[in-house]
Amino acid sequence: MNIVRTLAVAKKETRQIIRDSRSLYLALGIPVMLMILFGFALSLDVDNIPIALWDQNKSPQSRDFVNRMTSSGYFRCVAQTEAYGQIMADLDSNLISVGLIIPFDFSEKIKKGDSTQIQAIVDGSDSTRANLAMVYLETIATTFESDLKMKALTRQAVQSRVVPPVDPRIRILYNPELISRNNIIPGLIPVIMMIIAALLTSLTIVRERETGTMEQLMSTPLKPNELVIGKLIPYFTLGYIDLLMVYLMGEYVFRVPFRGSLLIMFLVSSVFLIGAMSIGFLVSVVASNQFFATQLALLGTVLPTFLLSGFVFPIANMPTALQYFTYIIPARHYVTILRAIYLKGVGWGAILAPTVALVVFAVLVTTLVAHKLGKIQL
Amino acid sequence: MDQVAVFAKDLTRVFGSFVAVDHVTFEVPQGEIFGFLGPNGAGKTTTIKILCGLLTPSSGKGMVTGYDVNTESEEIKKHIGYMSQKFSLYEDLTVSENLDFFGGVYGLDDETKARRSLWVLEMAGLTDKTDTITGSLPLGWKQRLALGCAILHEPPVLFLDEPTSGVDPLSRRNFWELINDLASQGVTIFVTTHYMEEAEYCNRLALMSAGKIVALGTPSELKKKWMPESVIDLECDQLMRASELLQKEPVFSEAAVFGSSIHLVTLNPNEAEEKIRGILTNNGITIERLEVVMPSLEDVFVTLTSPERKLGKSDNQPRTYL
Repeated sequence: MNIVRTLAVAKKETRQIIRDSRSLYLALGIPVMLMILFGFALSLDVDNIPIALWDQNKSPQSRDFVNRMTSSGYFRCVAQTEAYGQIMADLDSNLISVGLIIPFDFSEKIKKGDSTQIQAIVDGSDSTRANLAMVYLETIATTFESDLKMKALTRQAVQSRVVPPVDPRIRILYNPELISRNNIIPGLIPVIMMIIAALLTSLTIVRERETGTMEQLMSTPLKPNELVIGKLIPYFTLGYIDLLMVYLMGEYVFRVPFRGSLLIMFLVSSVFLIGAMSIGFLVSVVASNQFFATQLALLGTVLPTFLLSGFVFPIANMPTALQYFTYIIPARHYVTILRAIYLKGVGWGAILAPTVALVVFAVLVTTLVAHKLGKIQL
Repeated sequence: MDQVAVFAKDLTRVFGSFVAVDHVTFEVPQGEIFGFLGPNGAGKTTTIKILCGLLTPSSGKGMVTGYDVNTESEEIKKHIGYMSQKFSLYEDLTVSENLDFFGGVYGLDDETKARRSLWVLEMAGLTDKTDTITGSLPLGWKQRLALGCAILHEPPVLFLDEPTSGVDPLSRRNFWELINDLASQGVTIFVTTHYMEEAEYCNRLALMSAGKIVALGTPSELKKKWMPESVIDLECDQLMRASELLQKEPVFSEAAVFGSSIHLVTLNPNEAEEKIRGILTNNGITIERLEVVMPSLEDVFVTLTSPERKLGKSDNQPRTYL
């Protein structure tokens, strides 16, 4: 490899990138846009579920129950109603997700120590949300019930005999408040980097072919690996600027805790970037024109990265065959690594396997690109 | 004895079942302008690409500045300049940025690059355009810059693939002056073209048709060998009578009225001219104009590459010029 020739390519490519301000804006703008879009809009936390309340009982007990629900933060009461039909209408129009009906004999039965019922009408069209709403509701009902029992027993002065049932003491590690954003941002970074890397590089070689400069280059002593590395240098730098931007946004805009080593993260990211950009190069070598190259880069990288990296959809929930398939998606390993570094703050030992996968991937694809380029005949 | 710069022996390239270059053999001495003439698809570009190391030959031997096209394409690329029909420059870069890039790709050090860039700018007349975006230059200027980029590293052999297509005649002439200058400095120029007047600039020409070289020689040799008949364009009074009189003479293989003049085809224009003057004066016919039209290369080109022509057969049959 000749340094002078490689640097000549790098310099030329840099000048072209800077001159083409439109793609430069795109390269720097898309990550910020995606970050804002996904960081703010995509929340998997289910809270503030809107409910309509029909309190037929209107007693201190029923008010206490409703209070427990709304003060939990999971529910908020948006409507008080006196009619069943109104609840159905509100569910239909998506005004509420749950309709809660407290029967007129609610306080009477409690006072008598009888079991009592409340009715919840849940919008099941969003199954995740419905499930969570039900779990929250049951939890609130159970605590309400056990509190009542405790009160009754205390009154009967048999406190000494009370042995509470199994009382799980849960300690949540890594993301104790269970803020889904803390999980989303480290998963989002790989998706953004993959899109940017592949899109940036997918045009570089096919463009040279279309304008005829590729033929000119091939008549010079420039070798395929010098061309690829020379082109990689400026795009890699641009990719790194993007990475820095999304990292800083995660830190200062979304306040995602970063517990691991910055050095490890940036090292692993370099490997990932090289692999991702080589995918773009590969597309660029294979594609016959720029339009096709863009389409192929988008379909070949964005979709699998989005769907199979574990960024939104948990890999553990996928069919077994698909789970194995995710191993060839580089972003899957990068997501695993980033989540571990961000939230668990682990060192090399814990991320060795996915890191090796990324290295293998990068080496394979760059080799393939150089090989394919060497075989181009005009 | 001149050194051989480019040499090909039975060079062949097959694409699938299509033979693009079919056993092509020739030799180009150092400092010669060697032209490749032929219709589109005759195999000119493929031959050039093989010689530049862009394509490997299917069979046969080729040497460029002493390096083998089969095994030493890397070395060849260091010692040649190549300019394709599309003037492949980076249109979004400035003139000096293009020079800087190609200088780097040819591995020139900074000092050489600066010196050669200056030389190219002067040669191409682009000294005050260094910061102009290449895409906004007129075609003729782009072409000179492309030539400059291809010779930054002072290659002993220069391959030009239809270098003047689409360029206006004045720019084309300027360009050929540059080419002649380079050749006089000892650079071997290997050029393909389908402009006939350009072919006349070449020291020697190879005519290609369907992958084969069908004729090879200097432009005048080709004309003499393949187009021995001259045409005499004659204007006189009593046109029909003159035509009848001249048709009887065996020195003309053809005599026909062509508009207001008579076209006479002959192998021996000097003898024919004397005959015409003698016969017509004797018969009291006044000659208004008599012009001997030498055959052009275009005629040779058309003759040799026309599909009905059988290869290897010389073209001495009488022909009609209408």
